[in-house]
Amino acid sequence: MIQLHLDAASGLSPYLQLVRQVRHALRLGLLREGDQLPTVKEVVAELAINPNTVLKAYRELEHDGLVAARPGVGTFVKATLGGAPPTVLGPLRHELARWLVKARAAGLDEESIEALLMSTFRGSAREEIA
Amino acid sequence: MNILRAQGLGKRYKRKWALTGCMLEIEPGHVTGLVGPNGAGKSTLLNIASGMLEPTTGTIEVCGGVPGSGPAQLAKVGYVAQNAPVYSGLSVEDHLRLGARLNPGWDDDLAHQRIEQLGLDPRQHAGKLSGGQRAQLALTLGIAKRPELLLLDEPVAALDPLARREFLQGLMAAVAEHGLSVVMSSHLVTDLERVCDQLIVLVDSQVRIAGDVEDLLATHHRLTGPRRDEDSLPADQHVISARHTDRQTSVVVRTDAPILDPVWTVGELSLEDLVLEYMSNSVTTRPALEVLR
Repeated sequence: MIQLHLDAASGLSPYLQLVRQVRHALRLGLLREGDQLPTVKEVVAELAINPNTVLKAYRELEHDGLVAARPGVGTFVKATLGGAPPTVLGPLRHELARWLVKARAAGLDEESIEALLMSTFRGSAREEIA
Repeated sequence: MNILRAQGLGKRYKRKWALTGCMLEIEPGHVTGLVGPNGAGKSTLLNIASGMLEPTTGTIEVCGGVPGSGPAQLAKVGYVAQNAPVYSGLSVEDHLRLGARLNPGWDDDLAHQRIEQLGLDPRQHAGKLSGGQRAQLALTLGIAKRPELLLLDEPVAALDPLARREFLQGLMAAVAEHGLSVVMSSHLVTDLERVCDQLIVLVDSQVRIAGDVEDLLATHHRLTGPRRDEDSLPADQHVISARHTDRQTSVVVRTDAPILDPVWTVGELSLEDLVLEYMSNSVTTRPALEVLR
């Protein structure tokens, strides 16, 4: 069983935070197939949040095929999220490291690099949605 | 079917209108937050919905009936008034017995279970309870009545952060378990952000905006860019507020369409920002009204 929490400073809506946390736990192997998620009532009584928020998060996870609800019993993990294999991650990391060297050589400090990364990331995410 | 529906609802105390032209539709199964400055009409609206006050104009329907119209109607609506009133001379157990006598749908197991969970001594007089415990006792009565709609007027305003959190935990657990609808007024928008999925902003006795919290957040944007007149914005962008410096303009708009103008930097609002925009917007119009007087 994992424990969900909310971070007021994250800027994400509560429901998205719950989705992210479950996905994160799946990726890290904290949750495995067959594990039960906390019940809606448990999450609600712990975090003092609206039950519809939890239901919405669980529905989205269900829609993504990651969990399945068994009526009257609870919500269970159906599939895990394996991280990408090292053969894929290695070259990507290498490329990124080379880009970072280039960015520093161009005179960017940590903060500007992070800002550039985040704005490009958000920009491309938005394009994909559109 | 709506759990609460108001049309042209108004209430006048002597010469002053506390509520005017109020149009509302709330569907069942939601937790609705009612926010606004002091004296905006929040308590008046809740008092009318509970049947404690009669409206001066318009109509209101709560759980399919007229508020306060009879025992069946009273059983459907629970109301915890401001400052969680309890009888200080009566014990906790007396309160439960009173609740059982007065409410046909009383859930005695639920009431005793909650008192035990809260660690309250049934023999303790309510006057000796802490603020948080008093609020929890009042909430217990409201929940054990098993209403379809629970109205709460500033239930957590006087509580410390821990008591506030515990109160909201109990309330949300009841919503999850019994599926009851809730309308609660509060100043604490950060609390409402967690517990409410619907929001009503009441300012100067009028409903300024009402709707689904996520819809409200998705349709309001803060646009910043080089100085320009807010009248030049597209017609579908409803301006909530505008601020100008000699070089920059910052406007908050409500629109269902995406913001396409590349001149603007588009920012999102937190729920608190959004509420404050609506509340402070009316402050700027107030001096004009005083001049008229």
